[in-house]
Amino acid sequence: MDRIPILKLRDLLLVTIQVDMHDRLALQLQDELTTRISETGARGVLIDISSLDIVDSFIGRMISNIAAMARVLDAETVVVGMRPAVAITLVELGLTLPGVRTALNVDKGMALLEHTSPARVDQPEADARSQD
Amino acid sequence: MSAAPDAILSRLLKTHESDILDEWMREQMDALSFGSKIKESELRSQAAEFLSLLQSAAQTGNITDVQGPSYGRVRDMLGDVSRSRSFQGFSPSETARFVFSLKRPLFARIQTELANDGKSLAAVTWLATELLDKLGLYTTEIYQKSRDEVIARQQEELLELSTPVVKLWDGILALPMIGTLDSARTQVVMESLLQRIVETGAEIAIIDITGVPTVDTLTAQHLLKTVTAARLMGAECIISGIRPQIAQTIVHLGVDLGNVITKATLADAFRRALEMTGQREKLYKARG
Repeated sequence: MDRIPILKLRDLLLVTIQVDMHDRLALQLQDELTTRISETGARGVLIDISSLDIVDSFIGRMISNIAAMARVLDAETVVVGMRPAVAITLVELGLTLPGVRTALNVDKGMALLEHTSPARVDQPEADARSQD
Repeated sequence: MSAAPDAILSRLLKTHESDILDEWMREQMDALSFGSKIKESELRSQAAEFLSLLQSAAQTGNITDVQGPSYGRVRDMLGDVSRSRSFQGFSPSETARFVFSLKRPLFARIQTELANDGKSLAAVTWLATELLDKLGLYTTEIYQKSRDEVIARQQEELLELSTPVVKLWDGILALPMIGTLDSARTQVVMESLLQRIVETGAEIAIIDITGVPTVDTLTAQHLLKTVTAARLMGAECIISGIRPQIAQTIVHLGVDLGNVITKATLADAFRRALEMTGQREKLYKARG
């Protein structure tokens, strides 16, 4: 069975979606990702969808949901590497992913996350929590 | 005379080919006397070629079946004539006259040949009319078709010409839009802009609408879609070149440009874009 890997990079989590998403996989991803965020105390989530050719309203909604859940857990979500065709499709579907931040590639996404909430990592309680 | 009408007609074409050609040329030169779009020698060679192809086609098979295989070469030749005339600026009737002017010399021949046989005369005349009418209509059809091809090609070229995406600076693209924005054009604009964003990794795209004459709700919606799609990919858009009248129209229409950055001129937009990228770079450096 397919699994979507969640990689930890310092205080960020990197999710690379490379297979076709379906309902169960999406639910599993939501489940694992929220668990990992609370375990690691990650302050940012990067979702790389550069290898997705096709999206539908379901995947669009799923990305919104994941972003909202991560925000509840105090982590910022950045969707990176969306292809032009995918972007056009989402706009035509009326899914503009409000509240989700975007970047052109993983590199720029990490840079974006690093300078948006720079103060947090320096705070002692944040350090203490990540060592738990 | 007891021969079938089509046999008579093909025989007439064969035996009087050069006479018919001479008379036909006179007809055509009279008709074309006003302009020198085509040389007499060229016209003559066209006419001679057409007549010889026509008479050899008439020898075989059904004489009025111009769509049949025996008329293949006649059709090709007529097609070439129509196309070249449409490019040379002939009007449709001038082009069709190439075939229709053959009627008078041909009918004159038929009349002298069959003066004593009223029944055959009528039958052969009808046959010749049918044949030339079909060929004439074919000419017009090809003329129309080649004109349509020209229009389609020009539309395509216009579409490509009018949507250049230029790189202004590292990470800054500009899209100067000119002309009315309809759905088809906006689709092309959107696709080429997003494609260039991927290729160049640009973070900011400036859409300049100085050359867009009017903005209505549909145009505004198209613009917003483009901006949203670019934002989904991780690039920010600035709309510039908004003229005072257009600003008024946008407000009167109640269009909500949302949180899109808008600037009056391309220069302002460029300065803002530099600030945005400069600021980010400084921040990156500060964080090591």
